Amino acid sequence: MNKCVERIYNGIIKENPTFVLMLGMCPTLATTTSAINGLGMGLSTTAVLMFSNLLISALRNIIPDRVRIPAFIVVVASLVTVVQLLIQGYLPSLYDSLGIYIPLIVVNCIILGRAEAYAAKNGPVESFFDGVGMGLGFTCSLTIIGMFRELLGAGAVFGHQIIPEQFHISIMILAPGALFTLAILSAIQNKLKLPSATNGDAPKSALACGGDCLSCQGCTGMMNHAVLAEKKAEEVAAAAAAKKAAAEKALAAKKAAEAAKAAEAEKTN
Amino acid sequence: MTELLLIAIGSALVNNVVLSQFLGLCPFLGVSKKTETAAGMGVAVIFVITIASACTSLIYDYILVKLGIEYLQTIVFILVIAALVQFVEMFLKKYMVSLYQALGVYLPLITTNCAVLGVALTNVQKGYNLIESVVNGIGISGGFTISIILLSGVREKIEHNDIPHVFKGSPIVLITAGLMSLAFFGFSGLI
Repeated sequence: MNKCVERIYNGIIKENPTFVLMLGMCPTLATTTSAINGLGMGLSTTAVLMFSNLLISALRNIIPDRVRIPAFIVVVASLVTVVQLLIQGYLPSLYDSLGIYIPLIVVNCIILGRAEAYAAKNGPVESFFDGVGMGLGFTCSLTIIGMFRELLGAGAVFGHQIIPEQFHISIMILAPGALFTLAILSAIQNKLKLPSATNGDAPKSALACGGDCLSCQGCTGMMNHAVLAEKKAEEVAAAAAAKKAAAEKALAAKKAAEAAKAAEAEKTN
Repeated sequence: MTELLLIAIGSALVNNVVLSQFLGLCPFLGVSKKTETAAGMGVAVIFVITIASACTSLIYDYILVKLGIEYLQTIVFILVIAALVQFVEMFLKKYMVSLYQALGVYLPLITTNCAVLGVALTNVQKGYNLIESVVNGIGISGGFTISIILLSGVREKIEHNDIPHVFKGSPIVLITAGLMSLAFFGFSGLI
């Protein structure tokens, strides 16, 4: 039970996917035009993440290692389709405002990232709670960013008008506003030296890529994570080999020195 | 003909895929440090998106609609795109070595790029036929290439500028992208 609470704390605070790991930037920027949209997107992603972690963890011993990424994608895509149909059926207004970004949850790097980094290695219960934690972390950050943008851009919080119309900065709810918001957020993190992937002192993520979407070369290209992991392993092996060689060299030099010393000692004798 | 031109201009400039829809943002911010690599990435994206939009459009019209299983589109599209990119990579490696050497590094990066899936889904959503889908694909990927090359040009200049310490690194890149996005708003009166 303790472990489950720890997973949720980890997802919301310690390894918050948006603020700390900087994962899944596309939906973060595109759907935070208002707090309610951010909340909707966050909760849809949470639903997919919870059950994809649960299913992948339960199937982890059956799925052969070589086809693991395509298998994960099929599981995630099926869950996304289920969520999409549910939203279309029961929350048509949310479906209209999120539009194409609901099916695009499939390529959100948080989901495949958690599947690869956590669910494929741990039991179903822990993986499920890892999904809950990460999903809630994502939901909280999206809602906060959405609230901020809605307040400045439309003068409202969750649709309740607070600021009169002549003070609205409507650029904030348009596309450039999203980029400016993220830039300011990132600058504040730099200033306060908060842990974040963008200023290089994030807690090391278990992802092969390190989990930094902003300086990433292809964040959703989980296909190349295997390649990256291989490269990392090779580097580690090379470093170990170099260390070994150095140690051997040092040993040999020591021996030679000893032999020389012994020879000198013999000579003086 | 005018209709096709309108689709291409609309998807390249007015609804620019990165700057107004935020699809494919990761390679846009990640591979834009140098103009050369940005251009390589752009060409690879044009290549993959054009082929992918043709394939997904054919599969949707002739398999999914015929069998009445349109609701499986997300699953089918993502698998088709992943397989297609692998296939294109193998094909180029075997038959077009010079093109492979130019684009090969970028191809695995695009495999599940959200812009590729995004284009396939938009084509279906708007009810485009095969030719319209291909034109839309070229327009969207052309828009991506334009914006990534522009951003890389600006970033090469920024390197030598005096930026407040706090804004060094990703914040200044994001602000640059924001200003570009603002500039692209000017195109919205075009259509």
